[in-house]
Amino acid sequence: MSRDHQATIRFMLNGEPTECTCPPDMRVIDLLREAMGLTGTKEGCGTGECGACTILLDGIPRLSCLMVAAQLHERRIETVEGIERSAEGRKLVDAFVEHGAVQCGFCTPAMEMTALALLRSRNPLDRKAIRAALSGNLCRCTGYVKIVDAVERAAAEPLS
Amino acid sequence: MDEPIRLHRPIPRNDARPKACGREVYAVDRYPNNALLAGALRCGVAAGRIRDIDIRQASAVPGVFRILTASDVPGSNRQGIIHKDMPVLCENIVRYCGDPVALVLAESSESLQQALSRIQIDIEPLPAVCSLEQALASGASLVHDDRPGNLLAHALIQKGDATTAFATCDAVVEGSFSTPVQDHAFLETESGIARMEEDGGLLMEVSTQSPFRDRFEIAHALGLDFQKIRIVAPALGGGFGGKDGATVQCLLALAALHSNGRWVRMHWSREEHFVAGYKRHACRMHYRLGAKADGTLVALDTRLWYDTGAYAHLGAEVMELGMEHAAGPYRIPNTRIEGWCVHTNQPVAGAMRAFGVCQVTFGIESMMDMLAERLKMDPLTLRIRNALCKGDENGAGVRLETSTGIRDCLERIQDHPLWRQRTEWKDAAPRFRRRGVGVVGVWNAAGYGGGVRDAAIAKIELLLDGTFLVHNAVSDMGQGNSCAFFQIAGHILNQDPGRIHVRQPDTRSAYPSGSSSAGRTTYTYGRALIEACERMKARLINRAGLILFLQDDDGLELEPGRVVHKPSGRKVPLKALAGLMQPEERVILSETVAPTCKNVPATATGFFIGFPHVIFAYGAHLVRIEIDERTGEITIVNYLAVTDGGRVLNPTMFEQQVQGGVAQGLGYALMEDLVVRDGRVLTQDFTTYLIPGSLDVPDIVSIAVEDHPEESGPFGMKGIGEVAMNGPLPAVANAVWDACGIRIRQGPITAERVWSEMP
Repeated sequence: MSRDHQATIRFMLNGEPTECTCPPDMRVIDLLREAMGLTGTKEGCGTGECGACTILLDGIPRLSCLMVAAQLHERRIETVEGIERSAEGRKLVDAFVEHGAVQCGFCTPAMEMTALALLRSRNPLDRKAIRAALSGNLCRCTGYVKIVDAVERAAAEPLS
Repeated sequence: MDEPIRLHRPIPRNDARPKACGREVYAVDRYPNNALLAGALRCGVAAGRIRDIDIRQASAVPGVFRILTASDVPGSNRQGIIHKDMPVLCENIVRYCGDPVALVLAESSESLQQALSRIQIDIEPLPAVCSLEQALASGASLVHDDRPGNLLAHALIQKGDATTAFATCDAVVEGSFSTPVQDHAFLETESGIARMEEDGGLLMEVSTQSPFRDRFEIAHALGLDFQKIRIVAPALGGGFGGKDGATVQCLLALAALHSNGRWVRMHWSREEHFVAGYKRHACRMHYRLGAKADGTLVALDTRLWYDTGAYAHLGAEVMELGMEHAAGPYRIPNTRIEGWCVHTNQPVAGAMRAFGVCQVTFGIESMMDMLAERLKMDPLTLRIRNALCKGDENGAGVRLETSTGIRDCLERIQDHPLWRQRTEWKDAAPRFRRRGVGVVGVWNAAGYGGGVRDAAIAKIELLLDGTFLVHNAVSDMGQGNSCAFFQIAGHILNQDPGRIHVRQPDTRSAYPSGSSSAGRTTYTYGRALIEACERMKARLINRAGLILFLQDDDGLELEPGRVVHKPSGRKVPLKALAGLMQPEERVILSETVAPTCKNVPATATGFFIGFPHVIFAYGAHLVRIEIDERTGEITIVNYLAVTDGGRVLNPTMFEQQVQGGVAQGLGYALMEDLVVRDGRVLTQDFTTYLIPGSLDVPDIVSIAVEDHPEESGPFGMKGIGEVAMNGPLPAVANAVWDACGIRIRQGPITAERVWSEMP
């Protein structure tokens, strides 16, 4: 598709109605990072293997490097920039900070978005289930222990 | 008033919240307006002579701004940390698949990709040496004409008389081992932005571990004045050694020289990273180890061949550090350790966490188990009996006068239930599963070592609002040194978290303090920062006394946000003090040089720099594994890492380093293997180059041994960023032996390797 072709795409972004005009085949990660300046979502591979670009689409973790802008139309998108707007998100951020789950921090936003969907699912969570849910998000710094700790603690704490 | 920051406590990292909320800006997050994109064309062959580069078709692609080749490079066109041998753009010879031959500047990524695919390169293939065997064969073609035998370095450590001593041994074991190429696989690939400033200077923001040294590399390669180069190094999305030395820097600078003052952005794809990024050296090892019947080690003979790839980078230094650690953390009176650092037409091997040491740890720790088996001794007892103590000479002949806690680490393992209850646990293995337990001793030097200035210049500033700014000069690639500085400053100045800020390195406002590497970041800069903070504290108390018309400084104390005169209760807010002080009064600089070995033993020949080291972190690791007899698949059930890093400044960050090092080590042990065939990297993504995911590693348990504070270190600490990486490969290999009597001598220990040797 030609880059000259532009489309108007409307979606909810972190709770705000959003409209943007862009090539409909633009990668979502480029739309977010480059066009909208939302650089909290990271690109680690560009081929759907590392999970660093995970966003929530209608509440479900999706890889923004494998999606095009048109797929956002009339959907509900959440990125790390909006994470502190919900009580669950704040709890998760606090847990990541307090339990040492952040090192270089490059995988962190996506790790949190995946964990946020998991927390909202309200399924009973043990460490094995948390590890399984996070298995599509690579981290090279932490060895995952403290990330699992953080999600476990966030799941155990009541919402304030 | 918030509580002041304290050391030796698990306080949250100061960078955690901005990172967790997506607010931390990495180099790759910078998208300047109207920036050009730069991309390099990689040659794609193992060795060859460039006959022609035809850019006509590519130049016609809409949106292409410039296409540069070697003739556009001013200056030496050579980069490299010590040996300047790596072209920015190749002139006529290419030496590995990632060698860059052209640089495209384009308006969009589409134009860039199209142009790169339309450059016609005509390369006459030359005979390539793609393995250690080929490179060392007689008559092998040379990677560099001026390096006969394809040798970058050849060195020897000799202590005592190993040859004669072997005759006095009751038991001698012998073995050959090999380790694979490992990729750093940081999640933020190599990236940065640059432009020429109106004053003729070059400004670059880049993901780098060595901002100050980058200036010299760029200046040398491109014929610029290093003083006119400013490097800004924001937080890195991982480094592990792979961003120590120029990656994008010289290409970006070259692009900026041809962009008419526009910003240029370069961001390597994951594929480009695997092809052109630096790697860990593959290594071949031959070991002989001899002991008395009671287990006392007597003699060691080791030969090591490190495959350093096409260019020097820090290859010789990597090999030398491996040689220095080849005898393990044990007392061996007679050693002979010979190393060859060999060029091949493979990707460039350079610095990576545990710099040459994790290779030899696989060798010596496998040998220790083989020796224990021969002597019918318990492998942990054998290690404890021979563990280095303060005052001993290590395998390189250096007398240890600093913190030495290896024996305590091993004894902690001996006392731990995971070790004590191993027999019952193994006996309870389910059907078709075999269980094994492996132990190892590990160590890793900290600092640059002899012959290299290991120094730092710390800077702390009182800002006009009465808060403090630490001008960090050593990149934080995620290890948390900037939080350590935050804690040190807060602790000494008695300030709460809101009053201490840390700025990441900027060569314009911070001062040269070396690279973020070698377990030296917190140690070296921290030493300088302590002095700077103490002097800042004294100065503020002095100025407060001046304002309060006190006869002397007695009774004045620094509190969060103010100085208080305790006897009278009178206070001076720091904001008021800052307003009364001149800019130069509000800044303190302090410098330090790390201690070096005063009695260098005459044991080493062929070493250029980096020998010997005087400070080591130590550890002892235990792993419990389960092997599926039907598939050879290994499950890591438990992992315990006991570490001596002197006094711990922040227990949470200490665990982060240990757990992360073990996880990277488990990747090295079980799955990571960069495969290059006929000059092509076959593992160019995360489906072919596997790194551990959350299901591949257990809840790694870290225990700190704090009984051996390092007197020269900030508040008793020594660097532990690397030591944990060394344990997993030999620990798993020893556990495989324990489980089913198979001695794995080649990493990674894949299911296929185990299955094919299963009796």
